[in-house]
Amino acid sequence: MRLWQNALTALALSLVAGAALAAGDMGEVKKQAVNIPAIIMFLAFVAGTMGITYWAAQRTKTAKDFYAAGGGITGFQNGLAIAGDYMSAASFLGISGLVFINGYDGLIYSVGWLVGWPIIMFLMAEQLRNLGKYTYADVVSYRFQRVPMRSMAATGSLVVVVLYLIGQMVGAGKLIQVLFGLDYIYAVTIVGILIILYVTFGGMLATTWVQIIKACLLLGGATFIAFGALYVATEGSWAPEALFRKATEIHAKKDALMRPGALVTSPLEAISLGLALMFGTAGLPHILMRFFTVPNATEARKSVFYATGFIGYFYILTFLIGFGAIVLLMPAESGFMVTDPKTGALALKGGQNMAAVQLSAAVGGNLLLGFISAVAFATILAVVSGLTLAGASAISHDLYASVWAHGNVDEQQEVRVSKMATVVLGIIAILLGIAFERQNVAYLVGLTFAVAASANFPILIASIYWSKMTTRGALLGGWLGLVSSTLFVILGPTVWKDVLGNAEAIFPFKNPALFSIVISFAGIWIGSIMDNSEQGKKECESFEAQNVRCQTGIGAEGAASH
Amino acid sequence: MQQDLVHAIKSNPKYHELISKRSKFAWILAALMLLIYYGFILTIAFNKEFLAQPLWEGAITTVGIPIGLGVIVSAFILTGIYVFRANSEFDRLTAEIKEEVL
Repeated sequence: MRLWQNALTALALSLVAGAALAAGDMGEVKKQAVNIPAIIMFLAFVAGTMGITYWAAQRTKTAKDFYAAGGGITGFQNGLAIAGDYMSAASFLGISGLVFINGYDGLIYSVGWLVGWPIIMFLMAEQLRNLGKYTYADVVSYRFQRVPMRSMAATGSLVVVVLYLIGQMVGAGKLIQVLFGLDYIYAVTIVGILIILYVTFGGMLATTWVQIIKACLLLGGATFIAFGALYVATEGSWAPEALFRKATEIHAKKDALMRPGALVTSPLEAISLGLALMFGTAGLPHILMRFFTVPNATEARKSVFYATGFIGYFYILTFLIGFGAIVLLMPAESGFMVTDPKTGALALKGGQNMAAVQLSAAVGGNLLLGFISAVAFATILAVVSGLTLAGASAISHDLYASVWAHGNVDEQQEVRVSKMATVVLGIIAILLGIAFERQNVAYLVGLTFAVAASANFPILIASIYWSKMTTRGALLGGWLGLVSSTLFVILGPTVWKDVLGNAEAIFPFKNPALFSIVISFAGIWIGSIMDNSEQGKKECESFEAQNVRCQTGIGAEGAASH
Repeated sequence: MQQDLVHAIKSNPKYHELISKRSKFAWILAALMLLIYYGFILTIAFNKEFLAQPLWEGAITTVGIPIGLGVIVSAFILTGIYVFRANSEFDRLTAEIKEEVL
């Protein structure tokens, strides 16, 4: 087994990076046996996506190609790609694991993650498309002072990207360790190197297609497990009622499984969490970037419609998967439960987040397990690529080209900087993944969404809709939102008490978005109405011209260049 | 954008028709989504028993299941309604404005 393991690790690594990293002691870390079908299917995915990257590289010549896939992605394709960006391994494994443990409460989270999409559709999708070029900073600096606005928007983007990256990389390392029997350090290195290759050579076109393929694989795989489990668990009757009845007989929570439990206790926390999930989605730079890959507002709208459908369907599947896992995995005789040495209680092998993966083994044997493992790995790669591209664009398009070079930079040079930034970000992602290996990173998801909702979303929506906003107001509100949301999370129960081990949290709420969003909007308002400068007046006057372009698309970045 | 073009568009009655129709429609749908979502969350916070009722006599499936799934489906339907109207009526108005001023 050791031999195989080393040979396959070497194969995987030499494929992506040469064999330099393959030597090393593999015997120390506790991990699952090497899963050969999973590795073969994953290598097939890597080979396929490398082919796409090669194809995309031939077509990626201008900056518009690199950042926005030439603006030639259709609404349907972009809908799949957006869904791919949003359906991370964390949501696939995390939500099905949450349903496995808590039942109904898992659904409450799914609903929250989804309802941000209609809001994006109604208030932002076409406006973004009409005003922006490559990054959302284009939109928020449209009628304001370029240097400070770009600097702030790029900072907001980078903070969100880095926070999101840490969670993805740590999750990737742990997952791959369990699924493939690879060392943690190899796992994060492979992810880092692959995404550098995808993004530097293939730009947005390769990233989009990697995302589309992964979305199809994930939706197909999840459909198969969910309905396979429903079929097996109900002995062929397909009736959800029968599935739920069996689950309540097996699960320790009994009937309580089917009703809302302890997840939502304080209404204030619930409202605040809802705001973070809803408006945070509208402030994620890698998602916002997707609206610039379609040719016009009509396609931008279509892409949100398709994305909402795919994501909603996916969440319904994770709910079924969670219940299927209760029925098929939870009974002690299933062989999927092990005794926790600390508590003596039965627990799922690999932890609750492995519910979907273990269920695939129960439904379709080793082959399906291998397929789902490969899909989970592919999911991480795709999401990390999207994030890295968004981060690199913030560095090259916003910070380098607009802030540092004041717009006097040729396109090829900007793309070169973007590629260098991608390499640096990829290396930073690997290092962060290693640094945070033993940290509890669960709180990072909450922090990411809180920051996105409080720093990026308010200035974006106000710059589109509020004619009286000035640069001063936007800067005050944006920075206040960024600082307050970060500070509240650090001083709140999740970090101050649970991570840092203090007895009492200084800020009493786990979900700070309700407060930090209000602070941000208040900052925008006060900063703008107090601003009597000539510059401020000019910015208010130029709202009309912005609004004409925003509403009609006249003057917007053109359609596909090829 | 040139100032005269902005003026030409701004003085076009169809432009005002487009803006008022679309923004009204968009904000109504957004408010509806917020109402549905927060209705669901506040029911969980204040009236768990309502969601815990069996869906029919003797059922294990609770009222909360179709309601939760319903919120997901409603999000999809609302976006569909918006796209349907925006990609026909609003796009037609936009095209007419472009034709008249450009």
